[in-house]
Amino acid sequence: MTPDELEQIAEKERAAQSECATELRVCVAAGCLSCQSDKVKDALDAEIRQRGIGGCRVKGVGCMGLCAEGPLVSTSKGKMYKLVQPSDAGAVLDTFDPGTQDKILPAHLHCPTDTPFFQSQQKIVLENSGIIDPERIEEYIARDGYSALMKALTEMTPQEVIAEITASGLRGRGGAGYPTGLKWSTVAKAAGAKKFVICNADEGDPGAFMDRSVLESDPHRVLEGMLIAACAVGAQEGYIYVRAEYPLAIKRLRTAIRQAERLGLLGANICGTRFSLHLDLRLGAGAFVCGEETALIASIEGQRGTPRARPPYPAISGLMGGPTLINNVETYANVAPILRKGGAWYAGIGTEKSKGTKVFALAGRVKNTGLVEVPMGITLRRMVFEIGGGIPEGRQFKAVQTGGPSGGCLPEAALDMPIEYESLAKAGSIMGSGGMIVMDESSCMVDVARYFMDFCMTESCGKCVPCRVGTYQMHRILTAITNMTATPKDLAMLEELCDLVKHTSLCGLGQSAPNPVISTLKSFAAEYKAHIEEHRCPAGVCGIDAEGDKA
Amino acid sequence: MTQTGDIKTLKLDGRDVSARADETILQIARQNGIFIPTMCELEGLSSPGACRLCLVEVKGSSKLMPACLTHAEEGMEVTTGSERLVNYRRMIVELFFTERNHVCSVCVSNGNCELQSLAQKVGLTHVHFPYRFPGEQVDASHGRFIADHNRCILCTRCVRVCDEIEGAHTWDVMGRGIQSHVVTDLHEPWGASASCTGCGKCVQVCPTGALFEKGRSVAEMHKRRQFLPYLTLMREGRE
Repeated sequence: MTPDELEQIAEKERAAQSECATELRVCVAAGCLSCQSDKVKDALDAEIRQRGIGGCRVKGVGCMGLCAEGPLVSTSKGKMYKLVQPSDAGAVLDTFDPGTQDKILPAHLHCPTDTPFFQSQQKIVLENSGIIDPERIEEYIARDGYSALMKALTEMTPQEVIAEITASGLRGRGGAGYPTGLKWSTVAKAAGAKKFVICNADEGDPGAFMDRSVLESDPHRVLEGMLIAACAVGAQEGYIYVRAEYPLAIKRLRTAIRQAERLGLLGANICGTRFSLHLDLRLGAGAFVCGEETALIASIEGQRGTPRARPPYPAISGLMGGPTLINNVETYANVAPILRKGGAWYAGIGTEKSKGTKVFALAGRVKNTGLVEVPMGITLRRMVFEIGGGIPEGRQFKAVQTGGPSGGCLPEAALDMPIEYESLAKAGSIMGSGGMIVMDESSCMVDVARYFMDFCMTESCGKCVPCRVGTYQMHRILTAITNMTATPKDLAMLEELCDLVKHTSLCGLGQSAPNPVISTLKSFAAEYKAHIEEHRCPAGVCGIDAEGDKA
Repeated sequence: MTQTGDIKTLKLDGRDVSARADETILQIARQNGIFIPTMCELEGLSSPGACRLCLVEVKGSSKLMPACLTHAEEGMEVTTGSERLVNYRRMIVELFFTERNHVCSVCVSNGNCELQSLAQKVGLTHVHFPYRFPGEQVDASHGRFIADHNRCILCTRCVRVCDEIEGAHTWDVMGRGIQSHVVTDLHEPWGASASCTGCGKCVQVCPTGALFEKGRSVAEMHKRRQFLPYLTLMREGRE
């Protein structure tokens, strides 16, 4: 494969696309697929063939974002239809058929795209999502796919690639926000005959589905990011650690790897150069802690998925003791556009310390649940009320939870804060991988804290004592509070345990497990007080019969 | 990593001490008569850094570092016994006691138990967290040894000695979080284990009365660890 050959594939595909006047794109990512969007696609296909409409074809694409209104169908002309059922195929096609053009589209199918939900977004990671067929490499190539890899291989030295990433200011999208360029240069400089690149696709936060959507909608973009990374740090072997609960993502990744290998974009002597990379999948068996990098490495090595103490960091001694680069799916997905358009372009988006865009999975009590990509620095208020469309049924906003079980709950007062790594950390939460759960007055914050502690307790690997026993003890106290059986002494003990577990646990899971409790204790202390002193739940969620005292 | 012979000087609790670069803070502290409590660590075995008792404060680092895994660095300033650390250690020992059923008065290791003596050293007079009282099993299927999970603290010394010294890897950990247990083979009765050589090393390194020899009654189990430094020394000499 040479740059010219790549261009030929792109030209051929673009020519084939231009022959088709209208393309009907049906979302076949997990969200819409669970509402039977595959049947919608078949129905549209059958209807077109039956009517014999020319220049019109149907294809399956990735996520379009507005998951709340799925199954979604869009056209290459920019129209969008929501909540499409197989029986609606006729009504959708009426808008194309020259003979029936005067028929009006039923209102419930019409999905306006001039709303803040679509207009406030800026898509870099998701630029191909909802547009290309994730199972065809040609479509990815037609949208400049693999051109960044070509550029990195033929026009740039590894140092220049790393310099470009450093200039972009990209930071790890997995949660901690470590500067990506710095990580790459550390691995590049680390001594070791065999280096590895790993993609962390073990997305486990409750309510988060960013990585899943990227993998299901545009898998080649992740492969290209990994290829560029491997070329920059000097790795010849790579693994994508993806959780087994994502069968569709796994299927599409496997297809993508096969297609890239067939075109000589992956494997030995890529594009005729001396650079080789072999990529393989490893499926996680459902342990949340395996998203922690050292536990993930242990799991790939075939050992029990438990973290180990750092240093040494994986960049120095990781998989099989070799220098290992671990990045998150979204981080890799940002790499190709940065190389194509330059680090300075990327650094121009976002805030001073948090550059670029971030994908968020908006869930909970908002009208527009779904996947959104926004520039860093947008306020939480805009996220919830403009993009999210506000709280349904006229209820009152109460809190927004960011960062999953490691994050915190932010109250109304924090809504005008810009979304960036530092400000979120200062407010007592974290950026995390991008889960954003909105809660209204019907949620009890103690119950929410108990839910997240239950999650951390169950997902603790059991290696270190503070996390193994500490999360159990905290969960016991939180359960007692929601059962109205706790005393003020319990609350003091809870605060003591929060401090202990946060500062003495071995890995990030334990160190951040108390965050939901600490943040709710800070912002919603009155709710804890009402439970303990007045034996009542202001939100009406908890009761004496809610759940037994047993953990 | 770093070459041996590379000597560093650092401050340990305000005292200037010297160390080889491959020595850990814990080793240096022991050489200088500074007590740092430990549980999962045992000289001669790898350290998992899991009990978190040996955490120390290192100036310039926001995080507490496990002394058993942190290597000496030039100019390091380490505090091993601040009020905060002492407080954390006491709470961790408390958590050990609440996790399973540690009843000293009926235990074979009473008087010879590392958990018991650790509790005394950290000044634990009472446990203020509530006990769990789990219903744990006793495995007496082996001909010579008994595993009483009520007294296990999951230090994984048995797992490591069996894997690293004996080479049998009979023991391992199963389950997650508070449900974790040490198991023999694929969670089969110890007596039915095909890989167990019956060497008893696991019994001797166990800090509590969780693994003990049959025929021992209350306070009669004395652990004999002489083999571990001996084997380590002999194997190091051979390399």
